[in-house]
Amino acid sequence: MDLLQILPQQLVFGLALGTVYGLIALGYTMVYGILFMINFAHGDVFMIGSYLGWGVLVAIINAQIGGLHPLWVLPLMLLVAMVGAGLLGAGLERFAYRPLYLRGATRLGPLISAVGASLFLQNAVMLTQGARMKVYMTNLLFPGTWRIQVGSVNVSVLVLVMMGVALLMMWGLHLLVQRTTLGRSIRAVAEDREMAAIMGVNVRRVIATTFFLGSALGGAGGVLVGLYYTQIDFFMGYSAGLKAFTAAVLGGIGNIRGAMLGGLVLGIVESLAVTFVNPAFKDVIAFLILILTLVFRPTGLLGESLPDWEKV
Amino acid sequence: MLKLSDVVTFYGSLRALQGVTLEVRQGEIVCLLGGNASGKSTTMKTILGMVRPSAGRVEFEGERIDHLPTETVVRRGISLVPEARRIFGRMTVWENLLMGTLVRRGAPASELSQDVERVYALFPRLRERAQQLGGTLSGGEQQMLAIGRALMARPRLLLMDEPSMGLAPALVDQVFDIIQTINRQGTTILVVEQNAAVALSIASRGYVLQNGRIVVHDTAETLLRADHIRRAYLGEN
Repeated sequence: MDLLQILPQQLVFGLALGTVYGLIALGYTMVYGILFMINFAHGDVFMIGSYLGWGVLVAIINAQIGGLHPLWVLPLMLLVAMVGAGLLGAGLERFAYRPLYLRGATRLGPLISAVGASLFLQNAVMLTQGARMKVYMTNLLFPGTWRIQVGSVNVSVLVLVMMGVALLMMWGLHLLVQRTTLGRSIRAVAEDREMAAIMGVNVRRVIATTFFLGSALGGAGGVLVGLYYTQIDFFMGYSAGLKAFTAAVLGGIGNIRGAMLGGLVLGIVESLAVTFVNPAFKDVIAFLILILTLVFRPTGLLGESLPDWEKV
Repeated sequence: MLKLSDVVTFYGSLRALQGVTLEVRQGEIVCLLGGNASGKSTTMKTILGMVRPSAGRVEFEGERIDHLPTETVVRRGISLVPEARRIFGRMTVWENLLMGTLVRRGAPASELSQDVERVYALFPRLRERAQQLGGTLSGGEQQMLAIGRALMARPRLLLMDEPSMGLAPALVDQVFDIIQTINRQGTTILVVEQNAAVALSIASRGYVLQNGRIVVHDTAETLLRADHIRRAYLGEN
């Protein structure tokens, strides 16, 4: 095939995947911004979001309601996945992390607790749902024939929807953080927790809300990834989580716009690598980016350097 | 209005306050003087519930507040202009002012914009810089913003921790003029200062803290005249 034909196609895939990476990366970056902690269970919250979306889809199909149209099924899947993942994230904060940071544990404490929570969630899903893959019946929702020709690029509607949903959510989060009182409170806690409390911010509630929001976005990402790859399992959060974490670090961890940018860059670089290098190196490229970022620009593309007392 | 009785506060095993008793009455400007590590900042933190006293009581408008979390204390009507300003550098000047209104949830927008106007009238510089990030302001402008932000809460009691620190002498006079103006507009003020002469010049009464104890308490006039006190406790020559 002609390169000029493949390239735009791959770029669209890269963009779509990149926006979803960015969506998941937001969960890492928001929590880091406010607690200086990497929530290693975030990938598993994403996985559970994916399972919840799958559960809704299966339930709707089994109920044989008919008229299975993505216009109402997809929002319902997203809603359930986001609320479920959000509550799970807030629950993790309440029971796995807060008891530690309230007692003044070092930053290593919650981190180890997060690794534990990650293992717990993976095993809980494996035991209750089985270790075998679940299949997202994406075809029933987005038939393979739903494709759009834009110039020389032929893309499936699903890819466009993925991108659209992810961008819409990022836009929503951006508005929330920049324009609302809650958003200002989140930024205030991220910048100076003690001063935020002096301004009347309920710091604990803001931290819990931040976990809810980040986890809800992760849950939405789970549904989109499930629809795209059509197969999910209890271990899917591991690699997707690492990819999103890479995106967050690449953009500058703690920086919301950075996470979105990092996701896009990662998605595009990955799909270009698939085109020009070798599809087998896809993951290698992602982690090479992580290592290069950490070595040459640890603050990421948009990150600010932290004052000394905020460094590990 | 504000009453501390025999307050003892520990920092770890360090007894930072060893039985502090002081009172601020409605409408007053009271200043709390003392050298480094005398317990001034700890007193502020204790009032705001950022550290818990292990003995004694803090009362505000007749109610005990020493067991309340900080965000509840400030909602009762106490605001702080902290040491070193601590404005939110990654927010605009306008957003910093809005942060001050957080304790007044449900206040009508017209009232809030009225208060913004009041702050801009006190500090015209802030109006010019409204859309600029707090971190880009000069030290003096940041101090104005910190005061403006605290006023947006419409506090009945305003705590000020070292408002003159790091400011050029001309600015110090300006800031204290404004403190006086704010007081005349009806806000009670407790100001912590190392710069005793300036602080006493606008205060009605003063307390001197040393090693976590109140060692002297008198009217501002008397303290201003008492050279030996200033030499002995405040390290002035």
